[in-house]
Amino acid sequence: MDTLMLSRIQFGANISFHILFPTITIALGWVLLFFKLRFNATGNVRWMDAYRFWVKVFALSFAMGVVSGITMSFQFGTNWPGFMETVGNIAGPLLAYEIMTAFFLEAVFLGIMLFGFSRVPSWLHTLATFLVAFGTTMSAFWIIVLNSWMHTPQGFEMREGVAFATSWFDIIFNPSMPYRFIHMMLASGLTVAFLIAGFSAFRWLLGDRSQGVRVTLKTGVFMGAMLIPVQIFMGDLHGLNTLEYQPQKVAAMEGNWETQSNVPLLLFAIPDEEARTNHFEVGIPNMASVILKHKADGVVPGLNDFVTEDGEVLHPPVAPVFWSFRIMVGTGFAMLFLSWAGAFLMLRKRRGPEGIPTFMYYAMVPMAFSGWVATLAGWYTTEIGRQPWLVQGVLTTKQAVADVPAPFVGTTLGAYLAIYALLLSAYIGVLFFLARKAVDGDVPRPRTPLSGQAIAREVPAE
Amino acid sequence: MEMFGDPAQWLPFTFAGLMGVSILVYVVLDGFDLGVGVLFPFATDGEKDMMVASIGPFWDANETWLVLAIGLLLVAFPTAHGTILTALYLPVAIMLIGLILRGVAFEFRVKAPTPHKATWNWLFFIGSLMTSLSQGFMLGKYVMGLESTLGTWAFAMITAVFLTVAYSMIGACWLILKTEEQLQFKAVTWAKGGIWGLVLGLGAVSLATPLVSPRIFDKWFAVPEIFILAPLPILSGIMVLLLWRSLRRLPNPTDAGAKSPFAYAIALFILAFGGLAYSFYPYVVPEKLTIYEAASAPESLMIILVGAIVVIPMIGGYTALAYWVFKGKAAELRYD
Repeated sequence: MDTLMLSRIQFGANISFHILFPTITIALGWVLLFFKLRFNATGNVRWMDAYRFWVKVFALSFAMGVVSGITMSFQFGTNWPGFMETVGNIAGPLLAYEIMTAFFLEAVFLGIMLFGFSRVPSWLHTLATFLVAFGTTMSAFWIIVLNSWMHTPQGFEMREGVAFATSWFDIIFNPSMPYRFIHMMLASGLTVAFLIAGFSAFRWLLGDRSQGVRVTLKTGVFMGAMLIPVQIFMGDLHGLNTLEYQPQKVAAMEGNWETQSNVPLLLFAIPDEEARTNHFEVGIPNMASVILKHKADGVVPGLNDFVTEDGEVLHPPVAPVFWSFRIMVGTGFAMLFLSWAGAFLMLRKRRGPEGIPTFMYYAMVPMAFSGWVATLAGWYTTEIGRQPWLVQGVLTTKQAVADVPAPFVGTTLGAYLAIYALLLSAYIGVLFFLARKAVDGDVPRPRTPLSGQAIAREVPAE
Repeated sequence: MEMFGDPAQWLPFTFAGLMGVSILVYVVLDGFDLGVGVLFPFATDGEKDMMVASIGPFWDANETWLVLAIGLLLVAFPTAHGTILTALYLPVAIMLIGLILRGVAFEFRVKAPTPHKATWNWLFFIGSLMTSLSQGFMLGKYVMGLESTLGTWAFAMITAVFLTVAYSMIGACWLILKTEEQLQFKAVTWAKGGIWGLVLGLGAVSLATPLVSPRIFDKWFAVPEIFILAPLPILSGIMVLLLWRSLRRLPNPTDAGAKSPFAYAIALFILAFGGLAYSFYPYVVPEKLTIYEAASAPESLMIILVGAIVVIPMIGGYTALAYWVFKGKAAELRYD
């Protein structure tokens, strides 16, 4: 393989590994704040039990996110120097604002959030929890601004092959940003909802009937049930936005080769780029036209419009986009079914967690990671869907790649992959281990937060 | 903006300054927590827990300074960022893998089942060592003008070892400040053992830098520069002596002067960094690209600067708060 393909795989592997953890920490931060506020309001220890279990998951996920994020900040330079050389004037300030307004905030207050419960007054601990959650969300905001700008660039002009900003408002509020940001925030919320529900179900199956596991089970299931319809609606709006600005991506998602009306919604097909057609199509007639244009004879753009006369292909590879999109949507509907059924059974006759049959608990455990599957599939859809461009219409991926010997990239790729595999299995293993330990009653009673004077006595004078 | 002169002049200078400060803060802060990791094999299991407890609340924020430094290089000097990082492709990859291993080992060593703890302790050491060595290697390559010859490799290998020893020395000084009894006693021994690395490392870089580049030679040894700059090496020498003297008085029953070694170590790092910064200015890629040639568009730098002026004092403030909350001798890390 050549340097370009190896670099793409390396960056793709790294960013895929990375996104797993922010997807958890963004929403889990807010869920922890919710647990803490419920504890402050009710004084009920079950909320602190929930907090203490999930803050460990947060700490672990945060560390995984930080280290894989640092890797990415370097790979911009080691693998894609052309990116910063061409659009550095736009990407630079956005990344700088992410570091300055988000990274330090979350990293500094994380220490107080994790280890400060008995060292600082309760309000400061709550504030630290809020600031960490706020920091992770700000970080997501800035990086999604930059990512969205790469899909729908505006507010700049090209001078001698380098982009210069003309309007920061236009750059930040570029057309796809609001949709992508909300879509990702909801994805994070759903990932956490199913993670919490899944691990609470796992504890339930092991016989844990504690108050702590009951509140987290309810939190997870109801959170999932509330967010998933919003997400499906939001995803649809995001798709319509993509249709307007990146029609070639939608054409690949739908597997539609010719621009035409009455396009079916394909449930299954094997896209064949050589023959420029699909094999084994199974579809619902007119449905793609209805979804994208709101009428059966709506005209949907086709992939063949994005091939130049001399045969240069300016649309993304079809099969990966087509399939990633279907995996994302399929996972979304599985989430809808499971969370609504779970919520309905818990509400019916107010039976609570006892109302859910055992086989559904068994289904919830693997669904703990459904958010990861859907998030990755969604990002593959949109990112592979942007190819061959790195910045849509401005810079191709090929123009940006570093002139590093392929064996260098290949060797480091192998090392990264080995480490990611090791860490991912360790992470999942430790999550199950922590859950099993919690069942055995490891969670200690909380110590009362100390008042200001008490702290002054506790900490040795220097 | 007239009163500040030409933004194309002072903006790159300001950003080079900001980047320099970030690198310096990073080297001091992550230097001590990397150093604590490097010292792991010399400690007992109980001492290892205490060593991690002394850096646990801080390491994350410490590493963020690296992201800020590399971020400023990326945003303020994008062409230099590409040139430097592609030239250092392999050591950067080794450093990143080291950072990944030690960062997650912090969490895994206490959350994984107990039999796995020894493995994660070992990975924490390996990760810290890989990171320190590769940073020292990169320093050596940078001093040698990013050239790839047998000689520059050999020199970079030497700086790799020296920087690692220097990190372990400042790490030991941090432990003296944060711990008591047996561990503090050991830390004093470690710090004493680390001074030679610091002195030899400083010496090697100080001698090599002017020999590699006639430009840098002239900057130091022409008259009157040689007299104006004389305090720099003299102060460094005094700091080494003060450091040695303060270590000889420790440990003692009242813990008097337990902060001094760390303070002198920081002073030494600052002096060494000041010398390097003076040597290389105005180049960001040694002898090839100046900060003025590599800088981003002034309008992009301006919008970052506005944010930086507002945000960086806040970062300083809440970082100080975190160090204040966890001040005093390190205690066992607890979530409740």
